[in-house]
Amino acid sequence: MTAVPAIEVRNLRRVFRVRQGLFAEPRQVVAVDDVTFGVPTGSVLGVVGESGCGKSTLARLILGLLPPSAGDVLVDGKRLADLDRRARARLIQPVFQDPFASLNPRRRVKDIVGMPLAAQGDVAAAEMARRVAEMLARVGLSPEQGERYPAQLSGGQRQRVAIARALVLRPQIVVCDEPTSALDVSVQAQILNLLAALRRELGLTYLFISHNLAVVEHVASEVAVMYLGRIVERSESEALFRAPGHPYTRTLLASVLTPEPGLGVPDVGLGDVMPDPANIPPGCRFHPRCPQSFERCPREAPPAWATTGGFAECHLLEKPAPAAVAGAAASQRQLAR
Amino acid sequence: MSARSGPRGGEPLLDVRRLRVEFGGRTAAVRGASLSVSKGETHCLVGESGCGKSVTALAVMNLLARGARRQAEVLSFAGQDLLRLSDSRMSRLRGDRMAMIFQEPMTSLNPAYTVGSQMTEVLRRHRGTPRVQAVDRAAELLGRVGITAPGMRLGQYPHQLSGGLRQRVMIAMALMCDPELLVADEPTTALDVTVQAQILRLLAMLQRDLGLGILLITHDLGIVARVADRVSVMYAGEVVESAPTAELFAAPRHPYTRGLLSCVPAPGKTRREDPLGSIPGVVPRIPPGFQGCAFRDRCAHAAASCAAAVPRRPAGPDHEFLCTLPADWVRQEAAA
Repeated sequence: MTAVPAIEVRNLRRVFRVRQGLFAEPRQVVAVDDVTFGVPTGSVLGVVGESGCGKSTLARLILGLLPPSAGDVLVDGKRLADLDRRARARLIQPVFQDPFASLNPRRRVKDIVGMPLAAQGDVAAAEMARRVAEMLARVGLSPEQGERYPAQLSGGQRQRVAIARALVLRPQIVVCDEPTSALDVSVQAQILNLLAALRRELGLTYLFISHNLAVVEHVASEVAVMYLGRIVERSESEALFRAPGHPYTRTLLASVLTPEPGLGVPDVGLGDVMPDPANIPPGCRFHPRCPQSFERCPREAPPAWATTGGFAECHLLEKPAPAAVAGAAASQRQLAR
Repeated sequence: MSARSGPRGGEPLLDVRRLRVEFGGRTAAVRGASLSVSKGETHCLVGESGCGKSVTALAVMNLLARGARRQAEVLSFAGQDLLRLSDSRMSRLRGDRMAMIFQEPMTSLNPAYTVGSQMTEVLRRHRGTPRVQAVDRAAELLGRVGITAPGMRLGQYPHQLSGGLRQRVMIAMALMCDPELLVADEPTTALDVTVQAQILRLLAMLQRDLGLGILLITHDLGIVARVADRVSVMYAGEVVESAPTAELFAAPRHPYTRGLLSCVPAPGKTRREDPLGSIPGVVPRIPPGFQGCAFRDRCAHAAASCAAAVPRRPAGPDHEFLCTLPADWVRQEAAA
C-alpha cells in the first residue's frame, strides 16, 4: 500500500450545453458538480445513483475520455491531463456495460485483446501473442475461443473478452461502468467472481459503477452515492448499508428488492418529481423528493457532516438537532445511535 | 397480495397446459410449459434470457410472430378455448378482458399520437365509448396510477414523459377496459430501482382493488420474492419448478432453481470477498425432438438417467419439480 491514492479527484466539474429545441437558448446541464474524493490503492469504490445522476460522466472524466470543465483527476499521483494516451492506457482501463457494443464485430477475439498492446507500438509480435494468450487464460477463455469473432460468443464470454482487453496492459486501475447490468444473474455471478479474483491476484483498484445496490454491497469496500452530479454521501461500505446517513441513501436502500419473500414492496416515499440535471433545485438538491425536507433545505446547500463511516450532505445530520418536523427528529435519534 | 384460490380449487382464470411453441421447425422455444393464474393471483414466470418466458406470454396473447407454431393441450381464458378462437375474436379479447404491458414503454407507445388519443382509442375501439367519456376514464386512470395533473399529461406526447411516467401510462392504458388478466413482461426492467418499487407497489394496489389476475414475467428473483403468490421457474422452454413463493425460496428442489438463488447477492446472506454461487456454462439452444433434461450439461447432479424422459415430481402441496432426483434429495444429501 502506498500513501498515494490510486485515483484522486479534486473539485471535478463537467458542464454540458444542450439545446432543447431549434430556437431555444442552450441550457446548462451540470452532470458532475464539484466532486472531490480519493480511492486508496487496492480498494473498490462503488458509485451508485439513479440514471442521470452523473455516474457515467464521472467514469468518462476519470478515464480521460471527456475533458473536465474544472478540477483535476490524478491517477497514481499523476495529473491525467499531463499524460499522453499511451501512458494513460497503461495506468487505467475501462470495462463497459454492453459487451455487444464495445467489441469490434469484425475482429477476432485475440486481436481485440491484443489491440491495446499494438497501440503501444513497442511490443514485439511474439511477446504480444504470449501476453494475449496468458490474459485469455486468466479470464477463463480457451485459445480456441481467441480465434472466434464476438458474435460467436455469449454475453458472459464477451464480457470476459472486454476484461481481458482492459487488463492486457496490466493497468493498476479499472473503471467498471455497469459491468454486469446486461447479463443474466447466473452469468453476472460468474463475472463478479472473476473480477474479485483478478483484483486479488493482480492487486487492482476498481471504481465500480452500478445501479444495483446488492451488487455494490457485494464488491465495494467504500460506496459513494451520487445525486444530480454530487456525491451526497460517501462511506465505508458496511456502515453505509447498516446505517445510511442521507435520506436519499435510505430511499435507495429501501427500494432494493432483496429475494426475501413476505416483505412486500416498500413504500419509498418519493413523489413523482423526477430529478432533472438541467434544472437542479436550489439548496439541497434532493429536497423536492425528500420525505424529511424542512424549511432550511430549499434555502441552503447542506455541508458535509460526519457519519459513522464517512460523510453525508444533509442538514439533518447537524448537531444539535434542528427543530424540524416530527419524522426528522425521530430519524435524527436513529442516526445518532 | 390477496389470498389465492388454488389451481385445483375452482376454475383458474388462465389455464395453460403443455404449451409448445416452435419457430420454423428449428428452435423449440417453449416445450410443454404448464401454468395457471387465478383471479386476484400474481403468478411470476422467472428465468434467464432465452428460456422462453416472453414467448409463453406472447403465445397466451396470440401475438407470436408469423412462422411460429403454437400447440397446447389446454389454453383457456375464463372458460374460453383460446386455441379455437378466430383472430378477430381474439383481438376483441386482447386489450379488453386480457391486457399486456411490455418492458420498453417507449417502443410500445406510438410517438406520433398524444397519450390521450392512444388511451381513449382502447375504449372507443372495444366498447364504442364516446370520446368525452373515454377522456374522462383516461384521466381517472392516470390519477389512479399516481400521475398528478392527468389533464395535462393526456395532451402530451410519449417523448415528453420520463420512463417511470411512460410505464404508468402503459399500465393505465392496459386498465382502460377493466381487464381480468394482466400479462406484464418485465414491466420495470428499464427503470431505476426507486421507480421500480413505486410501479410494483402500484400494481399490487390495483390488483387488490380490482381483483386482477397477473402473469408477471421477470428475470429478477427479488421482484419474484416480493410480489408473487406463486412462482414458475422456466429453463430452456420448460417449467422446471413451480411452487408457492415462500415455499420456493425456503425449499427449492430443482438444481437449476437452487443454482439461480445462490447467484443473487443478498445483503446479510452473501459476504463480500466470498464468491457468489454460479451456474457453469450457458443456456443451450434446444432443437425440436430433444430428449431428457435440458439442464443436465450444467448440473452437478446429472446422471445417465437424465438423458431419458424426466419425471415431474411432487414435492409438497402445490409444489412440483421436473427432475430425476427424489423429492427429498436435498435432505438426503445434507445427511450424507
